[in-house]
Amino acid sequence: MGTRNALIRHVLGIGELNLSQVETILKTARVFKEILSRPVKKVPTLRGRLAVNLFFEPSTRTRTSFEVAGKMLSADVINFSGSSSSLTKGETLMDTAKNLEAMHPDVVVVRSHAAGVPWMLARNLGCAVVNAGDGLHEHPSQALLDALTLQDAFGSAGEPGSLRGKRIVIVGDITHSRVAGSNLRLLPMLGAKVRVVGPPTMIPLGMRQAFPGIEVSHQLDGAFEDADAVMMLRIQKERIAEPLFPTDREYSRLFGLGLARAERLKKDAVVLHPGPINRGVELDPRVADGPASVILDQVENGVAVRMALLYLTAGHDNDPERLGAES
Amino acid sequence: MTARKNRRLLDAAAIEAALDRMAAAILEACEDREALCLVGIRTGGVPLADRLAARLEPELGRALERGTLDITLYRDDLLRGLDQPQVGPTRLRFGLRDRWVVLVDDVLYTGRTVRAAIDALMDFGRPQRIALAALVDRGGRELPIAPDFVGEVLDLPAPGHDLSVKVHLKETHGKDEVVLIS
Repeated sequence: MGTRNALIRHVLGIGELNLSQVETILKTARVFKEILSRPVKKVPTLRGRLAVNLFFEPSTRTRTSFEVAGKMLSADVINFSGSSSSLTKGETLMDTAKNLEAMHPDVVVVRSHAAGVPWMLARNLGCAVVNAGDGLHEHPSQALLDALTLQDAFGSAGEPGSLRGKRIVIVGDITHSRVAGSNLRLLPMLGAKVRVVGPPTMIPLGMRQAFPGIEVSHQLDGAFEDADAVMMLRIQKERIAEPLFPTDREYSRLFGLGLARAERLKKDAVVLHPGPINRGVELDPRVADGPASVILDQVENGVAVRMALLYLTAGHDNDPERLGAES
Repeated sequence: MTARKNRRLLDAAAIEAALDRMAAAILEACEDREALCLVGIRTGGVPLADRLAARLEPELGRALERGTLDITLYRDDLLRGLDQPQVGPTRLRFGLRDRWVVLVDDVLYTGRTVRAAIDALMDFGRPQRIALAALVDRGGRELPIAPDFVGEVLDLPAPGHDLSVKVHLKETHGKDEVVLIS
């Protein structure tokens, strides 16, 4: 039993996926959520398969999530971090990739500060490649887990809801956020109406041309009250060379979701955040831990989505001859 | 490419009669009726488990707990297919510890599906016993697995011949029949 149309060899970016493939990933992730609640949280599906987490940037949450996902599927998971790899000794990325390939991984999960690295690896490795964040470009697994979380939030009686017609407001540093980069591609694909809010310094100039269906606002008040979901982005000071706002306090006052603002949200609206949270800056702790928050659901869904991505990419035969024969 | 031929092996009445026999055999064999529960293997086993439950419940005087098992994640041939494997939901909303579980499937063939189903069940608990009910046993076993309750035994050639047995049920196909496709 299978669907040929939806064959997913790599997960490089949302821009590379069609709706059918996205639906396959979300449907598969929903099944994997059930495994997380079992007495034995492990299935033998990827036994004997090797998953390599190649993280050139610091990450605990995403790497751990991929690691847990791989282990729950019985894959062997090894982690390479940027600081421990030979890149720090002058080795090129291509050398690192070729050395990795000699270990015969079935899937490489890569995070890099440089946009495009997953594509480069996919062209040069014989195995599947999953993008865990490339520069300021995309973070597809985060957007997919956000979509799964929103489907849960909009559903009822355990059945997933649709994002069609729902208004999602993304607040913060759109320019430096790869989470936004993937969500701006995924959410409209699923039928949601998306509005981005942030100071002019944090929203790319070509935003309206690049994403014609997306609304842009530079004021949070008046732009979030009709939202079905508000996605607060983290202020990523490590990726910002020049300050884009005067002080944390001013940012919080103008673009933070505090208690008073959260009370103006629609009754069933939910609040998302990709984490880690700068508490008190983009999000008040009482909102982050409040009833509208689905932040911990995002973490749980993150494991399920990453299980789906590993299953769908490492779970089929990547033999080039067979893939060639398929077409 | 030659056109494939369908031959009806069982009609609706024969399927009903087979299920009657299977239900009676389950009641006779079950030593611990309080522990009895049914688990249908997706997809064909699920409506059959429902139909068996409808026959067993009046005899037992209680609602019978039923679960749904998807065995995709436990298959030993996942990586051999060229198509994207699709995994369906598993629903077991009751504990299996010390239960008398009857696994229900539509067609028993190589035994690999049943092996995967047993592996999956064991991850949910340790049943007292697992029995196997199949509407059709078409032979051709590749593993040492035998059914406990069978509706119809067919004597078909071993694997390698291009023969397929399909169970069509009202719930999924709009009519009840078992067909041999050759």
